[in-house]
Amino acid sequence: MRPLRTLTALLFLLVLVYGGLGANSLWGKGAMTPGLALDLEGGTQLILTPSAEGAQISDTQIKEAIRIMRQRVNASGVSEAEISSQGGTNIVVQLPGNPSQETIDLVQSAAQLRFRAVLTEAGPGQIDPAALQEQQDQSDGATSGDQGSSGDQASSGQDATGGSGDEASAAPSGGTVAGAHARAPEDDPSAEGTDAPPAEGDEDGEQPTDTPSEQPQGYTQEEIEEAAKQAADTDGDGTLSDTPATDPTSPSDTAWITEQVMYDFYLLDCTDPANLSGGGGDDPEQPLVACSQEGDAKYILGPTELEGTDVASANSALATNEQGTVTNQYVVQLNFTSAGGEKFKEVTQRLATLVSSGQNRFAIVLDQLVISAPSVDNVIAGGQAEISAPPTAPFTQDQTIALANQLNYGSLPITFDLRSQEEISATLGTEQLERGILAGLIGLGLVVIYSVAQYRGLAIVTLLSLVVAGALTYGSITALSELIGYRLSLAGVAGLIIAIGITADSFIVYFERMRDEVREGRRLEDAVELGWSRARRTILASDAVNLLAAVVLYTLAVGGVRGFAFTLGLTTVIDVIVVMMFTHPMVQALVRTKFFGDGHRFSGLDPVHLGSTVPIYRGRGRVRTGESIAERRRAAELAAAQAAAERDEGGSADGDDPPGSADGDDPPGSADGSALSSTGRKGDR
Amino acid sequence: MASFAKFGNDLYSGRRSYDIVGKRRVYFIAGLVIMVLCGLLLGFRGLNPGIDFRGGSEFTVSNTQTLDQSLAQTALDEVVSDQVARVSSVGSSTVRVQTESLTEEQTAQLSELLAEAYGTTPEDVTSSFVGPTWGQDVTGKAVQGLVIFLVLVSVVMTLYFRRWTMAAGALIALLHDMVITAGVYALVGFEITPATVIGFLTILGYSLYDTVVVFDKVRENTDGVTEQTRFTYAEGANLAVNQTLVRSINTSVVAVLPVASILFVGAFLLGAGTLRDIALVLFIGMLVGTFSSIFIATPMQVALYHRNPVIKEHNEKVLTLRERRISEAEAEGLPAASVATGAAGLRAGSHRGQQAQPRRRPKSKR
Repeated sequence: MRPLRTLTALLFLLVLVYGGLGANSLWGKGAMTPGLALDLEGGTQLILTPSAEGAQISDTQIKEAIRIMRQRVNASGVSEAEISSQGGTNIVVQLPGNPSQETIDLVQSAAQLRFRAVLTEAGPGQIDPAALQEQQDQSDGATSGDQGSSGDQASSGQDATGGSGDEASAAPSGGTVAGAHARAPEDDPSAEGTDAPPAEGDEDGEQPTDTPSEQPQGYTQEEIEEAAKQAADTDGDGTLSDTPATDPTSPSDTAWITEQVMYDFYLLDCTDPANLSGGGGDDPEQPLVACSQEGDAKYILGPTELEGTDVASANSALATNEQGTVTNQYVVQLNFTSAGGEKFKEVTQRLATLVSSGQNRFAIVLDQLVISAPSVDNVIAGGQAEISAPPTAPFTQDQTIALANQLNYGSLPITFDLRSQEEISATLGTEQLERGILAGLIGLGLVVIYSVAQYRGLAIVTLLSLVVAGALTYGSITALSELIGYRLSLAGVAGLIIAIGITADSFIVYFERMRDEVREGRRLEDAVELGWSRARRTILASDAVNLLAAVVLYTLAVGGVRGFAFTLGLTTVIDVIVVMMFTHPMVQALVRTKFFGDGHRFSGLDPVHLGSTVPIYRGRGRVRTGESIAERRRAAELAAAQAAAERDEGGSADGDDPPGSADGDDPPGSADGSALSSTGRKGDR
Repeated sequence: MASFAKFGNDLYSGRRSYDIVGKRRVYFIAGLVIMVLCGLLLGFRGLNPGIDFRGGSEFTVSNTQTLDQSLAQTALDEVVSDQVARVSSVGSSTVRVQTESLTEEQTAQLSELLAEAYGTTPEDVTSSFVGPTWGQDVTGKAVQGLVIFLVLVSVVMTLYFRRWTMAAGALIALLHDMVITAGVYALVGFEITPATVIGFLTILGYSLYDTVVVFDKVRENTDGVTEQTRFTYAEGANLAVNQTLVRSINTSVVAVLPVASILFVGAFLLGAGTLRDIALVLFIGMLVGTFSSIFIATPMQVALYHRNPVIKEHNEKVLTLRERRISEAEAEGLPAASVATGAAGLRAGSHRGQQAQPRRRPKSKR
């Protein structure tokens, strides 16, 4: 009964694994094959080591670096890029296929944190030629109130004058930073609610044309470009000038907005994820057209005023009001270095004078994306600032932590050293996989052949156990590749093949123990149980050592070692499951069959073959040897049959038969014992 | 294989026995000599580091028309002088060329030349760059993992076997395996790649697996060894080694077979690569590991355990008693073997008849 129950449980486990996989692939987007790692699928693997001058890089910074890389890679259209940190110090970037050099450079380039003055802000979409047309038809002073009332954050020029109420209401739609404003800790809270700036300058008239936040429908890219060019070309000479009309007097001077910048700004489509990839390379001396991180607004920004290195630290905290009590508002506290604090003071001095024009905002730009664009109402001296959200749309803790992390990350100029770059062509990967599978099959075949030679009939148990182990392993790897994104690498395949041998070793340990018990002269059923109870300890101890090795390797290792350690650990666990739930119950069940239970010559459990010729004590110190258990059993069975036949005839059994062996079911050991005791009793008499 | 089963039977019953533990000095000296030789080889010849440890540029030319390796050298000579290209074929139509670090210009130039030489398009030539520290990183982590693993495993084994000598014996055997495997690498000059390091680490687990199997039997055989006087601890341990000999051979053969198949496929069909590198180091390591679990681990454990005063005392007791019995038996004209049964002497079902009876001392000795 028991072996069957265990086998049923195993069957249930298998059905569960494959049923889950099947269901996932039928109704979900799962696959029935495990995901393949780069070296089998082909692709490029970069291993980067982040380094910062004279500073330790923390885990959060590595995470932030990975986030930025992922943002860049995903936006550049590479699908299924895998970026992970390994061993705590390296970042492994795996790009499928054969990515362009630009993508590779993009991943590697350092992310810069810069503070720039906001010159103008607009909704994320491209210029709408229809609106432009409309705009030209109407007077320049169009109110475009309908756009403002749409609740969209789209706002530029006059429309943006909706003020802080407008911005704050837009904040929940993803603009965690748009509505933020900065103030000094000791600052007057009345600073809140300043208007967003209408951009000033020559372009003023054209700006409303940019208001639509949605992608203009029904226009080709050429038409949009034409419209943008028309709108940007303010002096109407048909060319886009790249030089400021007048020399900009300060970084907040709208003279920075040249025709070219305006054109770029009109064309920039922040709703397109490709434009949210970030990437370095912005010129700190030049104005910048940038999207917000969420892609819900775009900005024209002045030249860089502070670099990331000017930031000493940033952290998320609960705000303290003027009375010194802690409120429940989350803010980001920003500490500048002494030099940075000076610069920041100058910037805020200037910005504070621009409150009337609404141009009192600066943008914190990380990796060419605006992560926060707070407004400034007062001069902030002392090198400390606080970024807070308006009370109508307060920051959540996660938002402030994310912003603080980004600021901290930007404060350290982390560069990435390329440690290795490996390209594997897809064909080579496929070939490696095929050959690996071939090697596995050859290995399996050899193990089975050797098993047959050594264990005869028991080899069928080995084969079936290996098949079950294989099925379980394949199922778990596929499931794990679905659940935790495990990818089978070539080293993993090697681990799986090697596991064939190590799994089969457990069976050998068990079979040999069983044979030892048979050699001791035990009955087969007893040998199976006793051998198992002893082998189990050995198998568990050995597997524990293997598992320990796998876990240690996995936690500490980098690169391919991990994949290998993972399969090693997995197969060790599966080995234990298979031995406990399949091999042993199977042997238990088989030993009840005639072929195995009677110790057939080819069963691998033949007592004669195993030399279990137990001497039989004939009494008075004489020992009769040479007769095997099997022979005696057969003789005993024969005798029993004869006895039964004779009993039918009313006769009695032959007196020469040892009394104990008359019973065919008696175990050989006890048969000896009873033979011994009966002769002993004879001696006593 | 009947003879093999017979061999196992004889080993089990003690009819045939190899005095492995008794001759432990021989094995220790042999092991030590080999280890010293390997150490010298490592010290003077050193290992042959792969590109991951040296750093350099690597070109993979796929869809080649030919696998002629000299073409790559010719191409390299055109770009830079005095460099030796390491060329190996990977798979059936791919050639891998490794050079020292090249500039970007040189890389582009060599890529074109290689494409030309092997009759493929430049798109089929991929170049990659490996920093010299990447491999060291892997190794550094590996060494760190190794140390932690060894500490943990000593604790686990000490707890499991309740004898620190078992953990020590296993670790010494492990050290033996590692040094010899590394020595073979130094001797033959196989290239060390991260895959080799992976394989090397697996030997640890495997070598211990084998040792744990033997030690489990040793523990079983010597359980309560001090409560009887038929055999010494060393004899019980030796019987365990003999009894598990067939098992050790079988497990090793079965474990080595898949490794050998990877090695075969890797070396003849795939050429250089992860599979071959892992398999090669495992192949060597497993063979050495089997040897050490039989000839080093248990004898070493016995040697260490003999320092225990209880065992020392028991040994003397057993040996004196045995001598006395033998001399008594000889005096009676009985064969010495009939009284000195040893560890495997008693078997279920056997009976020693009168021999088991207490003997009267001869009158002269009374």
